[in-house]
Amino acid sequence: MARLQVETVINGEPREFLCDANQSMLDVLRDELGLTGTKEGCGTGDCGACSVLVDGRLVCSCLMLGVEASGKSVETIEGIAGEDGLHPLQRQFLENAALQCGICTPGFIVASKALLAKNPNPDEETIRYWLAGNLCRCTGYDKIIRAVQDAAAEMSHPA
Amino acid sequence: MESYAYAAPSSVSETVALLAQNASEGRQTQILAGGTDVLVQMRAAGHTPRTIIDIKTLAETNRLDVSADGIYIGAAVPSAVINEHALLQSALPGLLEAADLIGSTQIQGRATICGNLCNASPAGDSIPAMIAAGAICEIATAAGSREIAVEDFVVGVGRNALAPGEFLLGLKLAMPSAETKDAYLRFTPRTEMDIAVAGVGVSLTVAGGRCTQARVAIGAVAPTAMLVPEAAEALIGTDLNDTALHQAGEACKAAASPISDKRGTAEYRKKVVAVLCRRAIVVAHQRIQGA
Repeated sequence: MARLQVETVINGEPREFLCDANQSMLDVLRDELGLTGTKEGCGTGDCGACSVLVDGRLVCSCLMLGVEASGKSVETIEGIAGEDGLHPLQRQFLENAALQCGICTPGFIVASKALLAKNPNPDEETIRYWLAGNLCRCTGYDKIIRAVQDAAAEMSHPA
Repeated sequence: MESYAYAAPSSVSETVALLAQNASEGRQTQILAGGTDVLVQMRAAGHTPRTIIDIKTLAETNRLDVSADGIYIGAAVPSAVINEHALLQSALPGLLEAADLIGSTQIQGRATICGNLCNASPAGDSIPAMIAAGAICEIATAAGSREIAVEDFVVGVGRNALAPGEFLLGLKLAMPSAETKDAYLRFTPRTEMDIAVAGVGVSLTVAGGRCTQARVAIGAVAPTAMLVPEAAEALIGTDLNDTALHQAGEACKAAASPISDKRGTAEYRKKVVAVLCRRAIVVAHQRIQGA
């Protein structure tokens, strides 16, 4: 079976790739495009490690076919930092030590960015419910919640 | 060895033709909308290659109409989109709270309530809510289309009423009056990311202090979600007093035929479904009163 040719936009750059009909977007990112920042945890949509934004909407890339990226705009963890350095979320995850092994971190940061785009000043309960689909077995979550709160504060009141 | 194929048709007629063509060639097909069940199933051992037909490129399945003339929710409209719709939030709060209970933010970004219906899990949260709200399925067929009530769509565990060559286009609902509100409650051991032990959807109309119309549906306590007409009959004509609520709850309990599994015993599920019924009625009633 011939592989499918897909034209898409990834982190603002037009990209073309070839994929199999049943290949997930996660596998395309990692294996076809070399964007290994997006992680595979469960592969069944339970853990959120593979979170990406598709046309601004937060999704699990393991539950999306690569071919479905055709004509869409995909943002991954590699597109989060600006030209002048880390995104406030990335900086606050470091400041708050909101990670240990780091496998879940790209998913948490992408998911948190989607939350702050929708709600720039979320309370703790909102953050916890929004991130309920991102699992972390290291931190106990508290430091992650604080990092998101600190990033929200920093983004609404830039120093 | 056969391999997977992918098609994104641009019209309903092309989609129906693709289903027929694959069938005539002896190839299996899989309709794809949000994919949150389909992609997991594709990775299961023993899953055979087939033609994946993506219906997200159809105008009909992307329809989301909400007006006094009625409500239409296309089969490709994700839960996140309906949950953000201000008019739907006031028209069908119960259906939306059911959709909002399914999976995480990430899942809701892709998952559709029509997919939840087609997947036909006994515990699918949106199904009792759709039944309570009186939703009608619009199904694309080779001859055009046909309609059936949601309560007749699921015919068994994981089985739906779609015949070969058909697919679900969307759901039609009447715009509820100001005196009509719905509610959905489920019980799970955790507050998020869990599967219902029992669920109850209700839709009530209350005029002049009396319940004039009611629909009550139960989920996760039988092979399929089901309408419980006896529960509605216990409510209609009453002022929704404690006796009426109790009788509606007992009707749900009597209609339930649950299994015992790791989430709860059959006896426990029957008890819980009665409690959820009473509470869901109270929630819907409060919504009508604007509380």
